[in-house]
Amino acid sequence: MIKSIKTWVLVGLASLLLVACGQGGGGAGSKKSKTLDNTKKAGFVKCGVSQGLPGFSNADASGNWSGIDVDVCRAVAAAVLGDADKVKYTPLSAKERFTALTSGEIDVLARNTTWTLSRDADIGLTFVGVNFYDGQGFMVRKNSGINSVNDFKNGISACTNTGTTTELNMRDFFNSKNIKYEPIAFEKADEVVQAYDAGRCDTYTTDKSGLAAQRTKMSNPDEHKVLPETISKEPLGPVVRQGDAVWEDIVRWSLNTMIEAEEYGVNSSNASSLKDSENPAIKRLVGSEGELGAAFGLDNEWSLRIIEQVGNYGESYKKHIADTGILPNRGPNQLWTKGGILYVPPAR
Amino acid sequence: MNLKKINIENKKIKDLIPQALTVLALLSVIIYFATNAQINMGNRGISFGFGFLNQEASFDITFSMIEYDGSYSYGRAFLVGLLNTILVSVIGIFFATIIGVVVGVSRLSDNYLIAKVAEWYVEIFRNIPLILQIFFWYFAALRALPLPENGISFNDISFLTIKGWYVPKFIWTNFNIFLLSVIAALIAIYFINSYATKQREQFGKQLPTITISLATLILIPLITFLFLGVTLTFEYPVLKKLSSTVYTYEGGVSIIPELIALALALSMYTATFIAENVRAGILGVGKGQKEAAASIGLNKNQILKLVVMPQALRIIIPPTTNQYLNLTKNSSLAAAIAYPDIVLVFAGTALMQTGRAIEIISITMLTYLSLSISISMFMNWYNKKMAIKEK
Repeated sequence: MIKSIKTWVLVGLASLLLVACGQGGGGAGSKKSKTLDNTKKAGFVKCGVSQGLPGFSNADASGNWSGIDVDVCRAVAAAVLGDADKVKYTPLSAKERFTALTSGEIDVLARNTTWTLSRDADIGLTFVGVNFYDGQGFMVRKNSGINSVNDFKNGISACTNTGTTTELNMRDFFNSKNIKYEPIAFEKADEVVQAYDAGRCDTYTTDKSGLAAQRTKMSNPDEHKVLPETISKEPLGPVVRQGDAVWEDIVRWSLNTMIEAEEYGVNSSNASSLKDSENPAIKRLVGSEGELGAAFGLDNEWSLRIIEQVGNYGESYKKHIADTGILPNRGPNQLWTKGGILYVPPAR
Repeated sequence: MNLKKINIENKKIKDLIPQALTVLALLSVIIYFATNAQINMGNRGISFGFGFLNQEASFDITFSMIEYDGSYSYGRAFLVGLLNTILVSVIGIFFATIIGVVVGVSRLSDNYLIAKVAEWYVEIFRNIPLILQIFFWYFAALRALPLPENGISFNDISFLTIKGWYVPKFIWTNFNIFLLSVIAALIAIYFINSYATKQREQFGKQLPTITISLATLILIPLITFLFLGVTLTFEYPVLKKLSSTVYTYEGGVSIIPELIALALALSMYTATFIAENVRAGILGVGKGQKEAAASIGLNKNQILKLVVMPQALRIIIPPTTNQYLNLTKNSSLAAAIAYPDIVLVFAGTALMQTGRAIEIISITMLTYLSLSISISMFMNWYNKKMAIKEK
């Protein structure tokens, strides 16, 4: 009796081992993506966004999210699931965002996050591209008599968000100018705005797009201005977990597709009619030539769906950033062919 | 005889087995989760380690009691946050105790107005969530303060503004000698008091201990000023113009509004609970005790000091210990209003910059645990001291 139980246990263990080995062997070679499988099974893309930054990711009164960061999530959903609306948004503070991603609570982080070496290399994350080129700036009161960062003097107090690159840039900047300053760092953007608005600090520093967006929340937006200088590079882009190369490629090329579509003049209204275009690059974009989707386990119309349902980068920018009055001028976020620095590798 | 011994040993083993099994089960659960976390972190390319504590922090902190700037390490930043947490807790506990005792005694006052005001205070402040009170003091109350150029001036040596409360800075020479003299004075007072107690117990003599103690505390340090070269001067804050409409104060010490708001909110909130403890303690002393004390000729003050309070304290101390612990833990809400406590500095900024969530959160949890246990141990010691000593 005892012997037979022992045998069964041994057999059980051995078969378990075999199954485990089999899985390990199979997983290494094929183009399987666990995140992609899970996303298809769940029926929605798990996307981390901000707690409310107009233009980037902001929820309206009925809880519908919009913004250029949100459009990245929508593009991934359109490519993977065929419906741009199949996204579950998780609002995250600056502090929570990376833990949420590495722990698997979300699969894409599109939350105006600056691409830096230490974030990319150190904490299990991979940045897939840049969807907004930003830079850190300062906001002051118009009547303060401060017209440039050169007017800052010892003793100035500066409000910002904690857990951001701005907190570090601020120190670098004031140190390089040899200015003693009082740093006041809040956890939430709303509280930074309130404290600055109340007069607790003389200047408010964050990404310039953020300044422009938050200015609309002040009790009297016209009393404030953004100084002309930019003190840092802030390339903002979507982030994925390290270790799932296929998923990483899907998110990267979803973003690239939007930018490339603008470059070739393909937009949400003309995309389907361009299937017979003479330009092969356009045909690849709308899925009438090549088998590009197969490379990451998607059908051939994935890019067409992105353009039709979400639009190209220019449409997204115009709708969320320009028409809302946040930054009417595209500045560096213009195509390389039009004097900007948006340049993506070709989709072929 | 022998049989009994074996039985006892058997019983011991029987008692031990379930306990040992429980410990074993608990350990295996912990090990299971730890290995799981390790494997998961390994899979995601996250390393585990505390080496980051020696790396340069490269972020600045508004308010620090020790020398600090971004060129110091994360370990140092941790220390800054810890000290700030301790500072606001100590200030909070101090004022919560004072307000609590005053309000608690006032609730028992014969004066209708005083009793009612105290009652309303307790009912209002204990029933509003603490985080809202913190926001109230920070955003509503402090927003009412003037900008630096119109600061509320106290005799032109101290100014209260929205950017903080600027007070004169003490500049000492030979501070060590002064400190030693204060310690010497305190030791002297201890011996004077024990001598006075002996005198009272043996000969029934009442010595004016309070007067003597105060005199000692003033006289001994005063000698250091007169003969040992100790000096104290003040640096006063002076208004400074930064640009056409931006002002600040230079010199002196700035007590940041975040600290004021947090300490205010914590002490006002916790005081309500302490007040109720005090009231319960006083009511818990039997009426007969007071009457008996009066009958042997003690006056009202003596009754309170010698009969009521020692008994009331036994009821007051244990629940008040809880309130002190609560206050310390509640101080972690500081992060909401940018007071650089351990949660904001270490579990906030440092966590963000290093991405070492597990390490940093466990350090922070251990820190709060040690803080709470220290307070607990101190209060237990005090409680024992105050407990009935059976002779």
